[in-house]
Amino acid sequence: MSAPAEARRAPDVRSARAREASLLVGAVALPIAGLALLGWSVSPDLSPTVTATAVSLAVIATVAHLAVRAAAPDADPVLLPLALFLNGFGLVLVRRVDLAAGSSLAAAQTGWTTLSVGALILTLLFVRRAGELGRLPYSMGLATIVLLLAPLVPGLTAGVINGARLWIDVGGMRFQPGELAKITMVLFLAGYLERNRSLLSIATQRIGPLLVPAPRNLAPVLLAAGAALAILAGLRDLGSALLFFMTFIAMLYVATGRLAYPALGIVLFGAGASVVHAAFGHVQARVAIWLDPWTDVSGAGYQIAQSLFALATGGLTGTGLGLGRPQDVPFVATDAIFVVAGEELGLLGATALLVAYLLLVIRGLRIAMTARDEFGTLVAAGLAFTLAVQTFVIVGGLTRIVPLTGVTLPFVSYGGSSLLANHVIIALLLRISDESRGAARGRDMDAPSWLARRAARSGLGGPEDATR
Amino acid sequence: MTRQVRRLAQVVLALFGLLFVNLNLITIVDAGEYADHPSNRRVIVREYAIERGPIVVDEVAIAASVPTEGEFRYLRTYTDGPLYGHLTGYYSHVLGRSGLEAAVNDDLTGRPSEVIAQNLESLLGQSDRPGDAVLLTVSGPTQEAARRALAGREGAVVVLDVRTGGVVASYAEPSMDPGPLSSHSRDTIDAAWNALLDDPSRPLVDRATRELYPPGSTFKLVIAAAALERGIEPETEFPDERVYDVPLTSADIGNFGGGLCAGGEVIDLAAAFRVSCNTVFARLGVELGEDVVRDQAERFGFNATIPYELAVVPSVFPDDLDEPSLAQSAIGQRDVRTTAMQMALVAASIADGGELVRPHVVEQVRDPDGRLVRGPVTSRWTGQAPRGRAVSERTARLLRTMMIDAVVSGTGRRAAIDGVVVGGKTGTAQTGGGSDVAWFVGFADDRYAIAVVVPDVVGDDATGGRVAAPIAREVLLAALGR
Repeated sequence: MSAPAEARRAPDVRSARAREASLLVGAVALPIAGLALLGWSVSPDLSPTVTATAVSLAVIATVAHLAVRAAAPDADPVLLPLALFLNGFGLVLVRRVDLAAGSSLAAAQTGWTTLSVGALILTLLFVRRAGELGRLPYSMGLATIVLLLAPLVPGLTAGVINGARLWIDVGGMRFQPGELAKITMVLFLAGYLERNRSLLSIATQRIGPLLVPAPRNLAPVLLAAGAALAILAGLRDLGSALLFFMTFIAMLYVATGRLAYPALGIVLFGAGASVVHAAFGHVQARVAIWLDPWTDVSGAGYQIAQSLFALATGGLTGTGLGLGRPQDVPFVATDAIFVVAGEELGLLGATALLVAYLLLVIRGLRIAMTARDEFGTLVAAGLAFTLAVQTFVIVGGLTRIVPLTGVTLPFVSYGGSSLLANHVIIALLLRISDESRGAARGRDMDAPSWLARRAARSGLGGPEDATR
Repeated sequence: MTRQVRRLAQVVLALFGLLFVNLNLITIVDAGEYADHPSNRRVIVREYAIERGPIVVDEVAIAASVPTEGEFRYLRTYTDGPLYGHLTGYYSHVLGRSGLEAAVNDDLTGRPSEVIAQNLESLLGQSDRPGDAVLLTVSGPTQEAARRALAGREGAVVVLDVRTGGVVASYAEPSMDPGPLSSHSRDTIDAAWNALLDDPSRPLVDRATRELYPPGSTFKLVIAAAALERGIEPETEFPDERVYDVPLTSADIGNFGGGLCAGGEVIDLAAAFRVSCNTVFARLGVELGEDVVRDQAERFGFNATIPYELAVVPSVFPDDLDEPSLAQSAIGQRDVRTTAMQMALVAASIADGGELVRPHVVEQVRDPDGRLVRGPVTSRWTGQAPRGRAVSERTARLLRTMMIDAVVSGTGRRAAIDGVVVGGKTGTAQTGGGSDVAWFVGFADDRYAIAVVVPDVVGDDATGGRVAAPIAREVLLAALGR
């Protein structure tokens, strides 16, 4: 591009990334302060763990920011700070659990954070254009099934953990491929729906007040979704099944605008839920303790009861970091991590956490609304909605709005697979956002990226070279 | 598609709004309920960091918090746990609180539980304030005398101060030691708790307030009261029969020992009371009618919850009695059931001129500086009596005289004390299970009312007069300071 155009462009890049940089400072400072507080609650000396984690967070944030600057310069400035804030917050809470339980999950989680942000960067680098992912919907659909079935493969599986077969063994580390399946499913749906939007929107029949499209057009998605749900039910991962289902319905609705889909979805959900309830004893148990955790308060209802006690103990301002009793709550580092925030930081802290999620999701939906193409809209909407539903399902489960299911709190729960998948989601959202905002700014979207140009200059070649 | 995404955003906002509202409900609105839930250990653990106030008898702490190292900063220790176990209850980080540790918990911690639960105390600058001391109405020597006199037999002794309603002694066998249950060690607690649960004698049940027994002849107090209230005099005469022919049944009622109550012609009410004549009282019960009898029983507190710091099982006078049942009920058999506390209350009201006093075991609450927080409370309990009286003054006076006679020359002889005016009524209730329940209900010097119940006695010597009256004597001696 000519020099004057570049000069025109420069201030806008600076402003989005500059905002991001300043937001990142706060986003990282707060968790570091939390870690420091925790450290002081144990001993007045500055703990090496705290310093190490703090430095790691700062370095990770810096590297991520630079990567976004290079690979997605126009992307939404709020996403990365929010994600790293939640991630850092999660490190604080997991460290808190460590102090109570004598474990060292926080160190592992920091490692996973590094890996996950690395995955975020790699995604940004390898997915130059979001649309590329939309060219392979069926592959994505297949990948979803493969990922879901992987834990059943004898050589690969890590066995039954906590009553479910959801894990594979990768070089000594345990990984949950189902977390990535969430993403591939959204990509599959988005690709398919983008192509078949009109077919799916045209109503050919009427059921009552609803205009319903021909079922034939829905067949592939129904098959894929049905397969996914069946697998999840078989794997006893009903929380994920719920997520998949709701995301599926939401994306169908976004693509077609037909309220028939959500309506039908609710009916199907009701039917499915009744069947599942009748068929599975453990589902009946879950529903029973949702309705009444108090009858068997020291047995089946223990987790919910302790979660409620923890939250109530926190009250408005919480007990203070380090002064609660997370060890009384089962699965406190993974599913129930939210109640640690509720107990120690109070309603105020828990609400702040929820607001962070809300902002993240709304930002994602905004990216959906301003995306450059329909595929981008669908992907962003699907991914953002998944995050929202997941947060709702776990927090709602712990607070008895819905029956408790075993899903993680995004970015905050201890768990590398979930963290990695969620950072990949952020990367995709950043990519879509970068495309739409970059185009709006007048950037040449087909020009090779800074990275590609660098690579070309050094003779390495890259994806961009292939298209030129 | 933008419109759809916007709708989606609204759904997300609604979902999160639901989360916010619900969180508010849990952490603010319902927080108190969750804090008080018996299974909620968190408040107890935090409470443990407070220097809990002592429970005091005769200026000696029978339950106190001793500073310790470790997670729980204080250990609750009990001097002579089993002696006061049913009164104090336990204070356990696993089991929660029972007895007075539960009932006056807010005083012992010095602040309401919600404040502790929500950690507001540090906001209010009150963290290190010790709790208040709770002083009991109990007299140590009297309580010890009760334990001595029962000598390990299952049973209960309740002594009330007639004028104030203060509980001077409330002891029951089997008793339980709250010490191990209040330990810091989970293993100790579990072992002790399981041992108590497995013990077939059920040591966790306070026989003074939580166990119902048929009152036997002590229920004649109620019948006599009902009769006197309705114009029957102590001199009123009744047929002296060997057997009272109960209407509508062949199960007639005879006297203890199978004989006559007097010479064989007639016997007056006072004499019938003195010798505990079944035939007269069965007849009297039937002639008065179930409504009159029930009304009188309820005026004494039957079929009601006695107001007391600890829970008392309501005594029962049944509904809908036919004449045979009424006859049996009149002599305290069949389905009439009562607690030792209730019968002590009956004796107290008779000794106090007919008014029902409100029993209480907390005398005073004092803050760590010794200042009075809550003082002695003496009040009446209206129960279900419309004028707040169980019986008129006249009836009380007459009944009191009859009770004194019963001790001087009647079945209650073994409760007599030289130089003290002791009145009472004995009872021996058949349970149909092969053993009997021995009772003594009475008063001394119009100062102390007492109820002694010893269930599970067998043999010809197993009567209220032989088993329960001597126990009452020993305990009353201690109460009077002799």
